[in-house]
Amino acid sequence: MSYIPHTPSETENMLDSIGLQSFDELFAAVPAQHRFPTLDLPAPMSEMEIAAEMLAISEANDHAQDFALFRGAGAYHHFIPSVVNHMLLRGEFYTAYTPYQPEISQGTLQATYEYQSMMCALTGMDAANASHYDGATSLAEALTVALEVTRNRRKKAILSHAIHPQYRQVLRTYHQGRDIRIIGDRGRGEFPELLEMLDDNTAMLAVQYPNFFGQVEDLTELAQATRACGALLVVVANPMALSLFKSPGEMGADIVVGEGQPMGIPLGFGGPYLGYFATRQKYVRKIAGRVIGESRDGRGQRAFVMTLRPREQDIKRERATSNICTNQGLMALAASIYMALMGKNGLRRIGELNYHKAQYAAAKINQLDGYTVDMNKPFFNEFVLQCPQPVATINAALLEQGIIGGYDLGQHYFHLENHMLLCVTEMNERAEIDRLVELLGEIS
Amino acid sequence: MSDTRAAQALQPLIYELSAPGRMGVNLPGCDVPEVPLPQSLLREQLPLPEVGEVQVVRHFVKLSKLNYSIDQGLYPLGSCTMKYNPKVNEDAARLPGFAQLHPLTDESGAQGALMLMHELQGWLGEISGFDAVSLAPAAGAQGEFAGILMIRQYHVDRGESQRDIILVPNSAHGTNPATVTMARMEVRELPANDQGNVDLAALQAACTGPLRDRIAGMMVTVPSTLGLFEETILDCIEAVHDAGGLMYMDGANMNALMAVVKPGNLGFDVMHYNLHKTFSTPHGGGGPGSGAVGVNAKLKPYLPGPIVDIVEEAPTDAAAGEDAPLYGFVMPERSIGRMKAFHGNFGMHLRAYAYIRAYGSSGLRDVTRYAVLNANYLRARLMASYKVPYPRICGHEFVLEGHIDGVDEVHALDISKRLMDYGFHPPTNYFPLIVPEALLIEPTETETKADLDAFIAAMESIAQEARDEPQTLLNAPHTTPVSRLDEVRAAKQLVLCCAPALPVHAP
Repeated sequence: MSYIPHTPSETENMLDSIGLQSFDELFAAVPAQHRFPTLDLPAPMSEMEIAAEMLAISEANDHAQDFALFRGAGAYHHFIPSVVNHMLLRGEFYTAYTPYQPEISQGTLQATYEYQSMMCALTGMDAANASHYDGATSLAEALTVALEVTRNRRKKAILSHAIHPQYRQVLRTYHQGRDIRIIGDRGRGEFPELLEMLDDNTAMLAVQYPNFFGQVEDLTELAQATRACGALLVVVANPMALSLFKSPGEMGADIVVGEGQPMGIPLGFGGPYLGYFATRQKYVRKIAGRVIGESRDGRGQRAFVMTLRPREQDIKRERATSNICTNQGLMALAASIYMALMGKNGLRRIGELNYHKAQYAAAKINQLDGYTVDMNKPFFNEFVLQCPQPVATINAALLEQGIIGGYDLGQHYFHLENHMLLCVTEMNERAEIDRLVELLGEIS
Repeated sequence: MSDTRAAQALQPLIYELSAPGRMGVNLPGCDVPEVPLPQSLLREQLPLPEVGEVQVVRHFVKLSKLNYSIDQGLYPLGSCTMKYNPKVNEDAARLPGFAQLHPLTDESGAQGALMLMHELQGWLGEISGFDAVSLAPAAGAQGEFAGILMIRQYHVDRGESQRDIILVPNSAHGTNPATVTMARMEVRELPANDQGNVDLAALQAACTGPLRDRIAGMMVTVPSTLGLFEETILDCIEAVHDAGGLMYMDGANMNALMAVVKPGNLGFDVMHYNLHKTFSTPHGGGGPGSGAVGVNAKLKPYLPGPIVDIVEEAPTDAAAGEDAPLYGFVMPERSIGRMKAFHGNFGMHLRAYAYIRAYGSSGLRDVTRYAVLNANYLRARLMASYKVPYPRICGHEFVLEGHIDGVDEVHALDISKRLMDYGFHPPTNYFPLIVPEALLIEPTETETKADLDAFIAAMESIAQEARDEPQTLLNAPHTTPVSRLDEVRAAKQLVLCCAPALPVHAP
């Protein structure tokens, strides 16, 4: 087996050094009646066979190289410059462990520090961690921070219904053992209704920006009211939208979390993605996850190191507020490389392309008989489309023509039956959009 | 020892390479009419750097060279299983059919991915002797969290919600007690005996004492974090089961168990796998991982979801030409819920799939055999120069005491730092907590005898240096890009974000 390099004579020599005659003696401590079970697994495969099988399996999927993709809903098809993948494939990055030994991990440490810096720049905050598993778990961890900041005296969290449904589910999974109330997302509450729920028992109010329906709303008043009652405003933000729109930080958010996937990370059937977490430095001692800080080495050289370590599970054990250990380090590196390549002008340009293309598609579809787009609120690269037929029917027809249509909102929102969440990014060429419009027009 | 680092400038920050107007990528023009942007919602500042493509490439290449990695050499970091990450798996992960597959693709259009997940669920269950597996958790710690939430809900459903205590040995990974707290349950720590095993008498006392009815379960790592197979494991499991509790196995050390023993057969009710350890998915400088959980029939309804199941059997009529069943996502009936959005770290699932495919059952048996052989070889050879507190056959890892008799000023950390000068990544330091000056060493099966011999020679040389010239160790490392860091400064003068990135408004 090519990944195990031992020759028979080496093996014999090593067993001899240990004072054993056979492999089996290495396992004498295992209860005899359970020792050496057979494993019913397929036979070993050569590298050639593996490559062929993986290709065959991958081609049994409808992917964005073969289909025009108009689906987002938390996972977005964006352009990824070649440089990103080439850098990620450097073994020095992807075959390294967590940078516990800073003397031989400055590459990972500095890249992560730069990631934290650029996430601060995007979100308008002044502290960020080195990542969570995904946007949903970042939101769940934000509630823990809000509860800690309010000293576990406040027992209520308010969620907007316009936060990704799966994110709200994950938040409830994380906090199922707690004696708290999670409210606000049962109806279709707009901001005024959420504000009415705020009181001195509220630890957190959370909204999404742009919201799950793609709409961009000013959060300034929400932030002021939340702060006035001593709760934290948590904003789940699509980082790609932050290329154009006001940062949650400048509108007064306390914690900004979200999914970093749009920035340099492929769709990959949902993971590995990147949960980012940014906040105000005054809360940084309450947050979970790794944090990289600047320091000096013994010779005065600038260098980077994991800091605020006493918060973490390996030191604080049962008194830690989160058990997170492994994070999404390599995906944070991907986002770093992506942001460095795009820079302030490139990212803004990508944001504009998304905006204009989504507007173009929405306006065209809105002119079709039987279709209505809610054009009242500004949106970024997704919008809600009311359809003349069930979304599943429309999507089936589109699929036959090589198009993966929008997300069926009726799955999660009873009042949005026959409503589709359509996503348009810089990857959708005009001809593709025109074709979509044409096909929709035929299904009315 | 002279310091061989010249006054070497490390790489500037990406912001320090920035020049107004530069961009690292060519973007297309807009092929649709542009419309006005909503001015009142726009941001004024976007303080990202401006760097050209070549500069970005060089920046990250230079940074990469400041790292140590498996691709460079032995990485004997105990409890982390730093084995070789096969390159063909990286190629597979980048196939368009995987990389460009949207997670909310209709299930009929994702049958390849779903079949792969279904197979992997089955294989992991077979390897560990469990009835069902969920691939949802994103990392080992999240798998632990899922496992303890399942145990909690199991008791609640049986009307025993007073069961809120999880027993945890004092040698446990920190994630274990932290997990229990996250699930809003209570940790009771168990001592180890002088053999490094769980103190069975203490465990039995806990399970029969006044707290018996509050015991929800126990978390234990097998082999233990000392690298030792718990010789009384069957008695431990019986004691907890007799008290009405369930047994959780931390599967971080599965590299010592494949085809040697199935945890499900021993009586464990639930365990997590670390696909990024045992099944070689890359550690990525800290992540991503993947922490699948396996359970027996008792806990199957509680698995985190969604999991993949066959929703329509293959047509038996072969003439129909379709012999594949239809796979789909299902939520287990009493599921503790979703652990993350979508379906787990699929990119890790496919790498683990390819890894198991390469080895098959005989190969996985060899993985464990050679991992354990390599660890015991190091242990046997290093006993001459270092104290091995538990001098018996170990699993895939073992612990040394990192100090030298008569040289009190030298600590495990100094030995670790000096190892860097010899070209090795150090072992895990100061864990497990119950061994003073612990150095936890795990070579993995992918290392040659020659590499192990070189490591042994380095360790022996360091032991001699400790006696002859301890200062060399105390000042180590001497050959790395930076010397020891001022960690106090980092924590006191918190700088977590470089100045040009800071927002202009006061946050």
